[in-house]
Amino acid sequence: MLDGLYQEIILDHYKNPHGKGLRDPFDGEAHHVNPTCGDEITVRVNSDLSEISYDGLGCSISQASASVLHELLQGRDAATASEIHQAFVDLMQSRGQIEPDEEVLGDGIAFAGVAKFPARVKCALLPWMAFKDAAVRAGVEVGVSPEVKA
Amino acid sequence: MSFDVEQVRKDFPIFEREVNGHPLVYLDSANTSQKPVQVLDVMRAHQERYNGNVSRSVHTLGTESTEAYEGARARIAAFIGAASPDEVVFTKNSTEALNLVAHSAGQHLRLGPGDEVVVSEMEHHSNLVPWQLLCERTGATLRWFGITDEGRLDESGLDELITSRTKIVSLVHMSNVLGTINDISAISARAREVGALLVLDCSQSVPHLPINVAELGADLIAFTGHKMVGPTGIGVLWGRYDLLAQLPPFLGGGSMIETVTMTGTTYAAPPARFEAGTPPITQAIGLGAAVDYLTGLGMEAIHQHEQAITAYALDALTSIKGVRIFGPATTEGRGGTVSFGVDGVHPHDVGQILDALGVEVRVGHHCARPVCSRFSVPAMTRASFYLYTTTDEIDALARGLDQVRKVFG
Ligand SMILES: Cc1ncc(COP(=O)(O)O)c(C=O)c1O
Repeated sequence: MLDGLYQEIILDHYKNPHGKGLRDPFDGEAHHVNPTCGDEITVRVNSDLSEISYDGLGCSISQASASVLHELLQGRDAATASEIHQAFVDLMQSRGQIEPDEEVLGDGIAFAGVAKFPARVKCALLPWMAFKDAAVRAGVEVGVSPEVKA
Repeated sequence: MSFDVEQVRKDFPIFEREVNGHPLVYLDSANTSQKPVQVLDVMRAHQERYNGNVSRSVHTLGTESTEAYEGARARIAAFIGAASPDEVVFTKNSTEALNLVAHSAGQHLRLGPGDEVVVSEMEHHSNLVPWQLLCERTGATLRWFGITDEGRLDESGLDELITSRTKIVSLVHMSNVLGTINDISAISARAREVGALLVLDCSQSVPHLPINVAELGADLIAFTGHKMVGPTGIGVLWGRYDLLAQLPPFLGGGSMIETVTMTGTTYAAPPARFEAGTPPITQAIGLGAAVDYLTGLGMEAIHQHEQAITAYALDALTSIKGVRIFGPATTEGRGGTVSFGVDGVHPHDVGQILDALGVEVRVGHHCARPVCSRFSVPAMTRASFYLYTTTDEIDALARGLDQVRKVFG
């Protein structure tokens, strides 16, 4: 059953994260913490999303999720980023009922299995919620506010 | 053989179930313990046959309920060596007991600027946040003992830390993260010397060790039913009676009064003074059954069993490559709670892989974030043992950790 959670893609992103490390300059920054487990992430974005950087401490799921976010959203326009963001959040809240679209979510589809582990959905969403706040602070509106249940 | 763990396990119906296709290996008793049929049966029988409110009815059911509730209080008092049942105050849990003390003792001592409260870096948030709040309310200063690299209380600055300014010292008796059992004799002597109250958070010690409050050296202690084979929703504050008698109430309402007029109220004597409202009756009776169960097996025998399991576990864990134990390395002055890290793998991932094998451990900061910070980690994995833990279960944990290293190797 763990094969669904620890997909090769997730472990790859965890061991070799894309774009990790905080970079300057940036227009918006947000720091999010998962109070139950102490995982932390800081995300920085430019107002045109040409640069998304991050750093954090956490489990394989939250760290791989940040790496995938970087890969999927950096360099996109706000509308596309918003669409991908929404698709990822929907996938995570689907309890495994949604078939993810690889065209939209790329490596993010590997997280479909995580949605079946309610305790880990928060881990996967942590970087995405931090990104959303950082984007707002940079003047970019990304999608609607998701209801995070876990 | 005096202590037969296989026989003990038969009393706990939960061990019949599987988790993710594997026999349940429950290594999270420091979080909450499992319950034996002896406790479940008593609670069910009470609800089915004797249910009535306590201390406020003349009818038969009310009388029987009150007798059962007060009987539980008396047995719990005997279990911890209290001088009288009136020294046992029922609360919701340890957290409420500690908040009660922070409020009532803080008010009684008229805490203010210049006064000090001393805790430690080893505290569960339940014995830290109430004191932070008290200091915020009153302007008193919070100070604390540090932790040594070995995971023991650092008492090197005892005389500078506890001084004539100290009004309350509140310490964890056994750490829920490091497993350390604090020998509080020197601290207790120092607190007495300066006239400070000594509160002990015994949430992890009363379930596992023979405790006698007459010899402990504390003025007040807190513990919680669900960690000692009892139900959730019930905890205990024990205090020396002469001290309890001086403390003002915490919550106001029914059952805690002597007489009430529109212009004022006088309060009942302890313990009723601190038990406003309908108490958790069934839960208190359940906790009474729990101490009967523990007494039947013998706290010393339970402790010896856990010491053996802990020695076995410390041995098993230290022989796994990449595993680092936080806390005392031997069973001396420590109980059956062992926190550790696996090199390069986050505790969440460790816990997830173990769960897939039916091995239930706790991961995270264990409501004691300063302890994690002290050892420079965001989180830890914790295995904790009890009277029903077997060496086979420790072997299952070790096998699970091999699997963790395979997935993340
Ligand atoms: C040392 C310690 N203190 C206090 C508590 C709080 O217990 P409760 O949540 O039952 O109030 C716990 C357990 O969670 C604990 O381990």
